[in-house]
Amino acid sequence: MTTTLERTAPAAPSAPAARAGSTLTGTWSLVRFILRRDRVRLTVWTLSLVAFYAYFTAALGLMSETEGALQARAAIMETPSGIVMGGPGYGVDDYTVGAAIANEGTVWVVLALALMSILHVVRHTRAEEESSRSELVRANPVGRHAPAVAAVITLVAVNAVVAVVSALAMTGVGGAEEMPLADSLGMTVGVGLSAMVFGAIALVFCQLVEHARGATGRSVAVFGLAFTIEVAGNLREVPGGSALSWFSPIAWAQQTRAFVDLRWWPMALSVVAVAVLLWFASFLASRRDFGGGMIASRPGRADATESLRGPVALAWLQQKGALRWTAAGLGAMWMASGTLIPDIGEMIGDLIADNPAMSAIFGGDTSEFEAAFLGVMMLYGALCCAGYAIVMGLRPKAEETTARAELVLSTPVSRRRWFGAQLLVAGAGTVVLLAVSVVALWLGTYIVDVTDPGLGTYAEVFVSYVPAVLVYLGLTAALFAWVPRATAAGWALLAYTFVIGMFGGLIEDMPEAANWIAPFYWVPEAFVADFDPGSFVGLSAVAAALFVLAFVGFRRRDVVTS
Amino acid sequence: MATTPQRASGTPAIEIHDLHKSFGTVQALDGLDLTVTPGQVAGFLGPNGAGKSTTIRVLLGLLRSDSGSVRLLGGDPWSDAVALHRRLAYVPGDVSLWPNLSGGEAIDYLTRLRGPVDKRRKAALLERFELDPTKKASTYSKGNRQKVALVAAFMHDVDLLVLDEPTSGLDPLMEAVFMERVREAKDRGTSVLLSSHILSEVEKVCDTVTIIRAGRSVESGTLDELRHLTRSTVNAVVGGDPAGLVVLPGVHDVETAQGESGTRVKFDVDNAEMAGVLTALSTMDVHSFTAAPPSLEELFMRHYGDELAGEEAAESAARRAGETGKHARSEAGAR
Repeated sequence: MTTTLERTAPAAPSAPAARAGSTLTGTWSLVRFILRRDRVRLTVWTLSLVAFYAYFTAALGLMSETEGALQARAAIMETPSGIVMGGPGYGVDDYTVGAAIANEGTVWVVLALALMSILHVVRHTRAEEESSRSELVRANPVGRHAPAVAAVITLVAVNAVVAVVSALAMTGVGGAEEMPLADSLGMTVGVGLSAMVFGAIALVFCQLVEHARGATGRSVAVFGLAFTIEVAGNLREVPGGSALSWFSPIAWAQQTRAFVDLRWWPMALSVVAVAVLLWFASFLASRRDFGGGMIASRPGRADATESLRGPVALAWLQQKGALRWTAAGLGAMWMASGTLIPDIGEMIGDLIADNPAMSAIFGGDTSEFEAAFLGVMMLYGALCCAGYAIVMGLRPKAEETTARAELVLSTPVSRRRWFGAQLLVAGAGTVVLLAVSVVALWLGTYIVDVTDPGLGTYAEVFVSYVPAVLVYLGLTAALFAWVPRATAAGWALLAYTFVIGMFGGLIEDMPEAANWIAPFYWVPEAFVADFDPGSFVGLSAVAAALFVLAFVGFRRRDVVTS
Repeated sequence: MATTPQRASGTPAIEIHDLHKSFGTVQALDGLDLTVTPGQVAGFLGPNGAGKSTTIRVLLGLLRSDSGSVRLLGGDPWSDAVALHRRLAYVPGDVSLWPNLSGGEAIDYLTRLRGPVDKRRKAALLERFELDPTKKASTYSKGNRQKVALVAAFMHDVDLLVLDEPTSGLDPLMEAVFMERVREAKDRGTSVLLSSHILSEVEKVCDTVTIIRAGRSVESGTLDELRHLTRSTVNAVVGGDPAGLVVLPGVHDVETAQGESGTRVKFDVDNAEMAGVLTALSTMDVHSFTAAPPSLEELFMRHYGDELAGEEAAESAARRAGETGKHARSEAGAR
């Protein structure tokens, strides 16, 4: 860390006098520093995304060789669950490989890149300030806005590299005839700009709140909102989406209509949004103190409440804020999704009336579509809960590296009690979140007078998912106990579960065993398949084994601080 | 916890023999020995990175030793951790607190893990350390976070206090308050392990001192014992010719300066050879005479002086080489 700064700092005194007072002094040094520090992280992100584009192109190319296979896929993409999992349905009448990639892939690449952008911005601005590392940097000839501007410049650079390389990869794999470079670029650039909007939103939150974790959480919540708006908007009008879709930055990438009828101007919306958000962030940044937020922290209590006794109480105090906000956000999102059910019945009716062949493929009963739609919603809900489980499962690691664990473990608190308290609260929070998601989905359907499936079915779905989401917590805990440096593998499994669940069907000769390590593969399809006691017991046993492994491992190893 | 701490007076509070601990390829502790007798304040001295914190973390059962024997209050720090922690309190050098708890809440939480909170005692300690308990931990300075840990540590009477550079963030006034608490604890019979690289701090309160370097104990004993092994610095003004001093056994680094009242002479002498020096001086028409025991600073420098001198020479050579390279680069940049 110091080497870069030492090497570049002496350059400042010789800089022109006008630059010496600038709030941007030192930006380029910081840009180099960020690239040096994150070279592995950014490379992994870039390669994974390029691989995703290339793999998707290759898999769909293979599928297109079978007569009518893509067109059958297009029929699925017109159904409500297809729209929720994919996009607004441009090109479904003549579903080419390119059209399929743009329609089905855009939202997920935006999700991945938006997450990368949010984490990148928070990591290099608010997290640095919070850890007071930034203080060390700012004491050098470095301007007030330099760290934020450096974070944005590197973000633009990474997104640009991802966009260009991905476009070349898609055209390279798919062939210039099937996948023209202009359309490939239209898709990847649109996606990159849409993701940048979320990066810029993160920068605004970094000015408003004091803690990195809070900024990340709020930014991800905005993505959730944008996703809900996109889905609701696209469901209202097929294909192409409705006016509501346009309120979501995700739609600005989808509306370029790449590979169907390319248009560039929707990207301008992203560019304008990014510009406005960056201006707003700099406006806020000039009006706050270093290390402070716009929302001032209040003085606390001189004495702890009676209830703050023991590690469980403290873990609850640490996690309850996150649980409350996540539950509120996800609850609202799933309830809104539940209210869409009647629209779905209507849509299917229209679809069958327009195209009698559809009823031959899917049967005439619309309730099956409703069940499939609810099943997909439930899968998303469970994935979110698994993500929450991993985040909370990583809390003990933060406690350990900051030496707060050391402080507690030097009192008469055993390792098992300390670790158990963290996991108990994290596990209970995860189960509560899952329950809230299920109840919210049910409540949404209940509000619009849909009574089938009934609450009993929802309860079954809830129970079947409980052990599966706890497997993620158990895995994170076991990794923390045995190989603390590899805790990111929990996220890797979640990403894998997601990709397998969404796109695994594309690979025709994929070995069945590739599904086995995805915990959700073992959960019966919600609202479609019946409750399976065998899978419940099996997943519970895996989760329990992981927790036992975690406790055994943590009792044996050194407690280290960074 | 108000049991009589003296009862453990038979067994040493801390007894470490030939302790080894490595992290990967780095040998952090390499045959360390350390003994703390009950009721004593033991100083644990060493430069940064010598292995003080590693030793303390082994004592707290946070790290598992590779080899060697470690006994803490008669028990095994790894397997009896919880039982032993009831009888000790620990203050780390760099205290990290929960950002959303206030200082007062953190104190109550840490205290309750050990037993009930005595509100009067808490109020008294807060006043002594001049700590505002309503501030959120995220707004505290390093010194204030350290005060939180100190207050929590002094809330109960324990058998052993383990303090890892506890005053590194405190101002001199607060350091005095802290020293007073340590003396009070000692008067109650508490054993104290106080690690530090600030020698004057150890000198003020410690009965014994162990000096470590590179994971190994290089010296240990009472302050008097350590001083006995070393030299004193003599300053004198004599009327006669001090040349005879140079050849005396045990006399080092003689400096002379001609003054108005006589010849000012300064030298170091091995304490064991002091008698010969006094005899010689008495024949030189002494006008004034002072002999000062060495401060721990000097002890320390003497221990590491040779090695430090060597390291410094190597470092400055490296620095020169680096600077030359840097100049070359910036010149190239200017062109």
